[in-house]
Amino acid sequence: MERQATAQQSLVEHGSAGAAAPAEASASTVRASYLDYLKHNMREYGMLLSLVAIMVFFQFMTDGTLLQPLNLTNLVLQNSYIVIMALGMLLVIVAGCIDLSVGSVCGFIGALAAVLMVEYGLHFVPAVLICLLAGALIGGVQGWFVAFARIPSFIVTLAGMLVFKGLALALLQGQSVGPFPTQFQLISSGFVPDFFHVEGLRLTSLLLGAAVAVLMLVSRVRSRASRISYGMEEEPWLLFITKNLVFAAILVYLSYLLASYKGLPNVLIVMGALMLLYDFATNRTTIGRRVYALGGNAKAAKLSGIKTERLAFYTFVNMGVLAALAGLVFAARLNTATPKAGLGFELDVIAACFIGGASASGGVGKVMGAVIGAFIMGVMNNGMSILGVGIDYQQVIKGLVLLAAVYVDVYNKNK
Amino acid sequence: MEAILEMQGITKAFPGVRALDNVNLVVRSGEIHAVVGENGAGKSTLMKVLGGVYPYDSYTGAIRFEGRERRFRDVSDSEKLGIIIIHQELALVPQLSIAENIFLGNEPRIGGPFGPFVIDFPTAYRRTQALLKKVGLAESPSTLVGDLGVGKQQLVEIAKALAKDVKLLILDEPTASLNESDSDALLELLRDLRAHGISCILISHKLNEIAKVADSITILRDGVTVETLDCRAGPASEDHIIRSMVGRPMADRYPRRSPQLGATLFEVKDWQVFDPLHPARPVIKGIDLNIRRGEIVGIAGLMGAGRTEFAMSLFGRSYGRRISGKVLRAGQEIDVSTIEKAVGHGIAYVTEDRKGAGLVLNDEVGRNTTLANLPAVAPRGIVDRGREYVVATDFRRKLNIRCANVFQQVVNLSGGNQQKVVLSKWLFADPQLLMLDEPTRGIDVGAKFEIYSIIARLAEEGRCVMLISSEMPELLGMCDRIYVMCEGAFVAEFPVAEASQEKIMRAIVKAGSH
Repeated sequence: MERQATAQQSLVEHGSAGAAAPAEASASTVRASYLDYLKHNMREYGMLLSLVAIMVFFQFMTDGTLLQPLNLTNLVLQNSYIVIMALGMLLVIVAGCIDLSVGSVCGFIGALAAVLMVEYGLHFVPAVLICLLAGALIGGVQGWFVAFARIPSFIVTLAGMLVFKGLALALLQGQSVGPFPTQFQLISSGFVPDFFHVEGLRLTSLLLGAAVAVLMLVSRVRSRASRISYGMEEEPWLLFITKNLVFAAILVYLSYLLASYKGLPNVLIVMGALMLLYDFATNRTTIGRRVYALGGNAKAAKLSGIKTERLAFYTFVNMGVLAALAGLVFAARLNTATPKAGLGFELDVIAACFIGGASASGGVGKVMGAVIGAFIMGVMNNGMSILGVGIDYQQVIKGLVLLAAVYVDVYNKNK
Repeated sequence: MEAILEMQGITKAFPGVRALDNVNLVVRSGEIHAVVGENGAGKSTLMKVLGGVYPYDSYTGAIRFEGRERRFRDVSDSEKLGIIIIHQELALVPQLSIAENIFLGNEPRIGGPFGPFVIDFPTAYRRTQALLKKVGLAESPSTLVGDLGVGKQQLVEIAKALAKDVKLLILDEPTASLNESDSDALLELLRDLRAHGISCILISHKLNEIAKVADSITILRDGVTVETLDCRAGPASEDHIIRSMVGRPMADRYPRRSPQLGATLFEVKDWQVFDPLHPARPVIKGIDLNIRRGEIVGIAGLMGAGRTEFAMSLFGRSYGRRISGKVLRAGQEIDVSTIEKAVGHGIAYVTEDRKGAGLVLNDEVGRNTTLANLPAVAPRGIVDRGREYVVATDFRRKLNIRCANVFQQVVNLSGGNQQKVVLSKWLFADPQLLMLDEPTRGIDVGAKFEIYSIIARLAEEGRCVMLISSEMPELLGMCDRIYVMCEGAFVAEFPVAEASQEKIMRAIVKAGSH
């Protein structure tokens, strides 16, 4: 057999080859047919389409109540804390762990906030900071047991679930504590201020929504261009532009609906910013990349020089902070801290991640998937409540939807 | 004496390799029949065919047992006839007692309406006691298996086989992890079983043991039966066996090299490592090693010699406890106490466990490629995916990785291409010392040549390569110098010009038998 043409190019030098790559790849870009592309990306489109289908279904069944501005605003407020926690939970699940304590932590932090602000009269800014710090500490302690003491996260956070449920009760001494200072309430009940005073429309909110849509379009087009310049295969142009225009239109339409009520809720801004941040962090940063490697194959990650223990630890710290933030949002929305706050939230949060395509064995899952998963759960809750479906059957249906979503996923994978 | 077992013309192919090629094996009733051969010669595959692990339509050829042709669909089919295999990795549940292990899946039941569901423990214990007496193990039936040493566990396995009315007992390297006296006891037991009419197939590398007990010896090489020797008249000569085991013509299976050796770059001095689970047990016993620039140094040895453990302990202490010794690079002592530091000093370790510890299987080719040196494509912690794509595509081209594109999941690639992805990952970290652990295991012949070519080019670039391999022809074909390792120590060192398979095998056998 002949030797490979050595041409004295070192095996480990690069760069010079970059020029050759695009030509080779652009030919195959043309070949990639639309159907092929759709087939390979079924999962991502499928998720979004399911959400749209569910929304259309309930919009129809509730005679248009679902998308009424008031109800839409409520939908956002009701789901904000679930979405916020789902961002952290996704990372925990991708890292191959689970956190059952988030509901209890959420309730405990709400209680802590109430005690600080209502009973001790602390200003809301230091109180919020203390609460977020407490969340980080809680996450840190649980993360230490999981990452360094190597106790399965299921057990550690099951213990945490009991501990913080109990501590919340103890802090509140079984009572509901409230109301909160007005400024604190604005986290949840406030809206983006309006500068235009148009009759029946918060123009600032609409413009903000439109601006986000345009920015998103621009950034998508630019990143597509840069990927093509490196010679990466891309989705077909028509599909790309249709998808993004539809998406932008939906964004503008939803912000129009919200603007015709009270405008964009503050919490939506917070949620949106966090979504973008976490989407970026998981897709583009070394930390995000390493979390996927850790969950995909911890041994290989470790042998590649990744400090796997420290990484797992930080995913829990992050989860703790987000659970604390969710606790604050929830408390501000109810305007009281109750011992029952946060009950069962962990189930909704975990379900959102799995509906959104995360794998229970780790290494797989997307932030936007988890967000969509959370909204699927949220729309179903909301829609079924409007239809007057009892809480009993709501749970049955949600459970079946979770099972069906994961079944379809596993079935597709095995095929 | 008539034959209890005849395996005729057994051929078994895996994608890309023919593991067994027209193999014949005849075991006479009531004899101890040794099967020998190098690692990868096909011994274990042959036993798996016999045991029904590979069902009858997955191979060609015929198995006759006790005079009738048999077609086994699974392991239970062969066990029903009394063919029992005891694997190298024992199949015992450490948390259960000896009696529970012996009757696992075969439990004596009580009578009456609940009979099928309730274990009859008095009977189980009584029968266990009788069986333990037969195998010469003085332990209570209620002792947990996890509390026993490996030697005693081996005896429990044999007792378990006896409980199933074994007619043909197959032992795969039974003495590999036993000490001298445990080994002798085991061999004595085999003789005893033979006296009771139980036939036995013994797979072993220890030729001195085989000489002690075997009535016949079948030698396999590269999936082919070389010969069967009858030892009843007198023992076969060890030299003869070794020559038959290794004596294949070394074809043009390796790229031609013209080594340009530079100065010594890496040195390891008095390296000692203890077992992570049994801190008093030394695994690596004071190893000294040196590698020059552009040199490929091989480490030969049998499975369990401690080669992987040695390499992993060097690589950021990924294995072992109480590690001592020095690592020098260009005469300066370097700190390799974490993987990050080891990589920083230019050391890379390509694992033997490609799927379990080398790759993130459900991730893309490109993302696997950059994993060990992610900061190089991620200025300020943000991955530049364009740069990553260029790097990965570049390696794909240079190492000839066959995949649709670098976004393909590595789980869908063939073994050879997966191995190239692992190599890419470490080449991207630009190491000066590459420790390659069984880099061609489970890879077909064509891909092997490509891997060899890559290794040769790395050496040509002045890098140091440490090649761990169980295939001696591979070491002889690729290396400049070969260390022979046995039981955690280097027992011999040969420049490749002076090395031969026989010499290496002899060094191992000699070191292993005292």
